[in-house]
Amino acid sequence: MAMPLPVLEELKSLLEAALPGVRTELVPNGPVPAQASLRVAPTDADAAARFLRDDPRLRLDTCSNVTGIDWPDREEKTTSKAIVDGVEKETVEIRRVPGYLEVVYHLYSVSLKHGPVILRQRTANRGDDCTVASLTPVWRGCEFQEREVYDLFGVRFAGHPDLRRILMWEGFLDHPMRRDYVAPDDHEYEPTPHDEVLALAKAHYPAPEAKP
Amino acid sequence: MIDEGLKNELAKQGVVATSLQELYNWGRSNSVWPLSFGLACCAIEMIAASMSRWDISRFGSEVFRPSPRQADLMIVAGTVTKKMAPQVVRLYNQMPEPKYVIAMGACAISGGPFKQGYNVLKGIDRLLPVDIHIPGCPPRPEALLHALIALQEKIAGEKLTGPNRPRHLRADAPSEFPVPEFGPHDLVPPKNDALWKPIPFVRAG
Repeated sequence: MAMPLPVLEELKSLLEAALPGVRTELVPNGPVPAQASLRVAPTDADAAARFLRDDPRLRLDTCSNVTGIDWPDREEKTTSKAIVDGVEKETVEIRRVPGYLEVVYHLYSVSLKHGPVILRQRTANRGDDCTVASLTPVWRGCEFQEREVYDLFGVRFAGHPDLRRILMWEGFLDHPMRRDYVAPDDHEYEPTPHDEVLALAKAHYPAPEAKP
Repeated sequence: MIDEGLKNELAKQGVVATSLQELYNWGRSNSVWPLSFGLACCAIEMIAASMSRWDISRFGSEVFRPSPRQADLMIVAGTVTKKMAPQVVRLYNQMPEPKYVIAMGACAISGGPFKQGYNVLKGIDRLLPVDIHIPGCPPRPEALLHALIALQEKIAGEKLTGPNRPRHLRADAPSEFPVPEFGPHDLVPPKNDALWKPIPFVRAG
């Protein structure tokens, strides 16, 4: 008999009650997926993951998917209105929000036939400190997928047994799935270019000189 | 040289007249041994072509050799990623002359649906001399058989002497091509400029 999976709010309080000192955050996700996830700090990730795997009510024994998200630096605009000398003035404040990388794990229970529970970790920034905890010691199946996230996003996994590139070659320096990745400029003729490809085509093949 | 009309007349009387060139090319073109080597889904069609339904052995090419030293033909069947490209060129270099290349499918001839990707070579003809291109995604086994017949016709039409003789009879023509290295951002060099000379293209508007 399959046990119903506790809703995420309940799961969060279960986890925080079992592991004092571990803080988690509920990350909502808008429609259509509407699958909220649980974010844990990289320092707590291993303990939280072991709890989710071993707790008899949860038994999330399978990590089906690991993926990464790149959130680039962005600017946040806040508009405030104030009445100065009887005239309404609008001030716009632009705040720079530094970017970060996220790693998302989809967890299922094969023994209790429930899931998914979505777990997230977030790096401090996108530059010098992109380290999160590896969950390969908890779920063996994460090994290759964490290597893929390392290869394509540049997230370092502390505690990973064999953190090497898996798709690109050793000595490749870029992380192609990052938003600011610039691919080698090797555009070639395409019969029907459009959008970014059209811009590339225009740069590579200048228009013929106008006939007098 | 024997006259073509006389040759036909003799053939009707049961006398076969031929030349060494014809005999040599006839033998070569009917025993093209491919390298057993596949890169992606096109390889499944290549395998189907070698099995009983399409039966590539009708054309003398059923002997898929697992060693490049014994193969005459490289069928590049599938997507050539940049990570795989040096190995493909190295395999080609290990094949003895005379050797031929069939680029099978959209990916092998142009990069196909992955042409705009960062990790896929935009066609194996950037690195190797391709004799026959087969379009399709993937091409059916019949298309591969057609390509093989076209290659046989090409081999049969080769002149063994004179300025247009094939590469394996010319001491100055290369039989090996440079293997690209893995660079920090791309293959180094990304293509063989001595080999790949696209037609200059001018945008219409």
